[in-house]
Amino acid sequence: MADNVKPRVKAPKSASAGEVVTIKTLISHTMESGQRKDSDGNTIPRSIINRFTCEFNGTMALDMTMEPAISTNPYVEFDVTIPESGDLQFTWYDDDGSIYEDTKSVEVG
Amino acid sequence: LAAGAVALTVLPFRANAAGEDAIADFTGGADVAEGGVNLDAPEIAENGNTVPIGVSAEGATAIMLLAMGNPTPGVATFNFGELAGSTMASTRIRLAGTQDVVAIAKMADGSFAKATKEVKVTIGGCGG
Amino acid sequence: GNWGRLAAQQSLTQDQLLQFDTFGNVSLIHVTDIHAQMKPIYFREPEMNIGVGPNKGDVPHVTGADFRKLYGIDDGSPSHYALTYNDFSALAREYGKVGGLDRVATVINAIRAERPDALLLDGGDTWHGSYTCYHTQGQDMVNVMNALKPDAMTFHWEFTLGSDRVREIVEGLPFAAMGQNIFDAEWNEPSEDFKDYQFFERGGVKIAVIGQAFPYMPIANPGWMFPEYSFGIRDERMQEMVDEVRGQGAELVVVLSHNGFDVDKKMAGRVTGIDVILSGHTHDALPEPVLVGETIIVASGSNGKFVSRVDLDVRDGRMMGFRHKLIPIFSDVIEPDAEVAAVIDEQRAPYLDQLTEVIGKTDSLLYRRGNFNGSWDDLICDALLSEREADIAMSPGVRWGPSILPGQDITREDIWNVTTMTYGKAYRSEMTGEFLKVILEDVGDNLFNPDPYYQQGGDMVRIGGMGYSIDISKPQGERISDLTLLKTGEAIDPAKTYVVAGWASVNEGTEGPQIWDVVENHIRKQGTVTVAPNTSVKVTGV
Ligand SMILES: [Mn+2]
Ligand SMILES: [Mn+2]
Repeated sequence: MADNVKPRVKAPKSASAGEVVTIKTLISHTMESGQRKDSDGNTIPRSIINRFTCEFNGTMALDMTMEPAISTNPYVEFDVTIPESGDLQFTWYDDDGSIYEDTKSVEVG
Repeated sequence: LAAGAVALTVLPFRANAAGEDAIADFTGGADVAEGGVNLDAPEIAENGNTVPIGVSAEGATAIMLLAMGNPTPGVATFNFGELAGSTMASTRIRLAGTQDVVAIAKMADGSFAKATKEVKVTIGGCGG
Repeated sequence: GNWGRLAAQQSLTQDQLLQFDTFGNVSLIHVTDIHAQMKPIYFREPEMNIGVGPNKGDVPHVTGADFRKLYGIDDGSPSHYALTYNDFSALAREYGKVGGLDRVATVINAIRAERPDALLLDGGDTWHGSYTCYHTQGQDMVNVMNALKPDAMTFHWEFTLGSDRVREIVEGLPFAAMGQNIFDAEWNEPSEDFKDYQFFERGGVKIAVIGQAFPYMPIANPGWMFPEYSFGIRDERMQEMVDEVRGQGAELVVVLSHNGFDVDKKMAGRVTGIDVILSGHTHDALPEPVLVGETIIVASGSNGKFVSRVDLDVRDGRMMGFRHKLIPIFSDVIEPDAEVAAVIDEQRAPYLDQLTEVIGKTDSLLYRRGNFNGSWDDLICDALLSEREADIAMSPGVRWGPSILPGQDITREDIWNVTTMTYGKAYRSEMTGEFLKVILEDVGDNLFNPDPYYQQGGDMVRIGGMGYSIDISKPQGERISDLTLLKTGEAIDPAKTYVVAGWASVNEGTEGPQIWDVVENHIRKQGTVTVAPNTSVKVTGV
């Protein structure tokens, strides 16, 4: 697992039933493109987050594939419909097989 | 103004064939209409390493984003799920120089639509 | 000589300069791009200021005799001297220096005497541009400006103090620090450190002033000094802000802008509901506002040389009319305000010996403004070529920096006035001929792209040791040709490497001596400097 990979999410804590909410996510990650060379001229191997998903109570909202052209510390902003109280589940998939997760609960009152 | 140590390529790139191939893979060779896709991008990138891009397309199931002048043009594909609150998404991308950014939307009816915007990447450094 | 000067000053009085028939119910006072010039200076306006695309031939892209003809200004008149470049040295000897924030204070006080609740708005580029500003990290200007009691300001070069210092100052400011386009870069949200707008109740009118900081901050200046922030024009958000303040009952909407003039013109055509744009950054001084739709755009010059007064008649939630005056600050005619003069002296006192040390003398008029050349820049390039032993020198096309008359001493303060910045190191590096062309094409497009939203508002990079031709009508990549190494007369070889010295690199970690030391050493060696007219740039396609 890469070092210091830390997901951060901005999501509302509450919503009304059926409300569309805006989600912002960031994950600290170098997103090594595989196109850079080190000081000895050797190619630095590619190591990126290649997929990001957001589900709500197990139902998909966004499934994003990422290429090396996504910037360091990938940022994604998108909208999710909140049908009921439950959990937003965020998952980032690393080239090295690591999976990083975060969860945010949303209360429908 | 930049010091010479930076071997930055700032002249407009020519779109390379890989971009067209990536589009063909996504569309299966289907026709791509102009319009119906919004692509938000700055006129000039504040930093070519992290350029904010937003896409949206009414009725899309997926939107593919390409940087046509990058050595590898693919950037990302947003697949909107059942609970997507809209068919809109934003991210930050790397641009190796001034070039066209392209968004291709796959619509629910199987058709495709496209938007293109040129983003300038400059050495910068002079001012009032 | 003295006779001419006395006659000129006798014919010009403070009352004349301040004469204004108070109008309507609201007064705005605009100052901008002072670049830390607290004391009177000379400032020559540009000879060349080319407009492109939709702005070709329009103000502010009119200079010299054409400018005087356009505005009905008599040759040899005070306005000729203040607003155009011709006969500058001779007229400067007659009319004397311009600016000085103690004189600016007198003008502001006089306007406030007629309209006590006039709004004073500062367009930014305030905490940058002098020896004392550098050594106090902007505190000198903060102290002097606070004495003028502004109501709001926006920003550009301030950010080159570094974001920590900017926040430290802003937290203590007794007025609004604004920029609707200053965003938190991490989360792409409006920054909480700056206000989008501020409401004022003046003359029974609810006024909203919206801030617009310089949009291209991380491009034109080192982004690594303020990485938390993102800028951009964000005209869609500007529309939202206008709609928001109108929704809250604003009867007059003023944008305090550091966009640059052509960007403001374009923005005025895209955003509806702005009554007045107070325009800064491109340092243009216009005797009349420019009207775009129902928006008036006011340009108030730079370096403390002008103050704009705009009186407005606002009734039934609408701007019904305006009266405007661009007031030139003739330093020998306007009485300094004693209180502000004392504050200025207090800022300078600890540094007075350093400031006033004479380094050399000039036989030539030293000035900067103009799209391609300035004799100050030629001198700086000469200093870089000789002190850094380079083939080619580059100096940034900034628009700040006062002028020095032939025969005048050059003090350390004078050198700092045209060189000071927080990233002033004079690098020496190798560049290929191809890369040199890439740089010229890149900067050329920042100036001559026909779409103002692609323009950053500086002038062309100044080059020493190399000549070139530029066809401004061509697109990027095709404007620049005939690159020639002046010392040999040979064409620049794209594949060959040249030693280039320059300064103001936006890259972190640039190494070299500070540019002001390079220039000081050069001038000291010369004793008296002479700058030959620069004929090495051929401009076509105008
Ligand atoms: Mn300025
Ligand atoms: Mn500026």
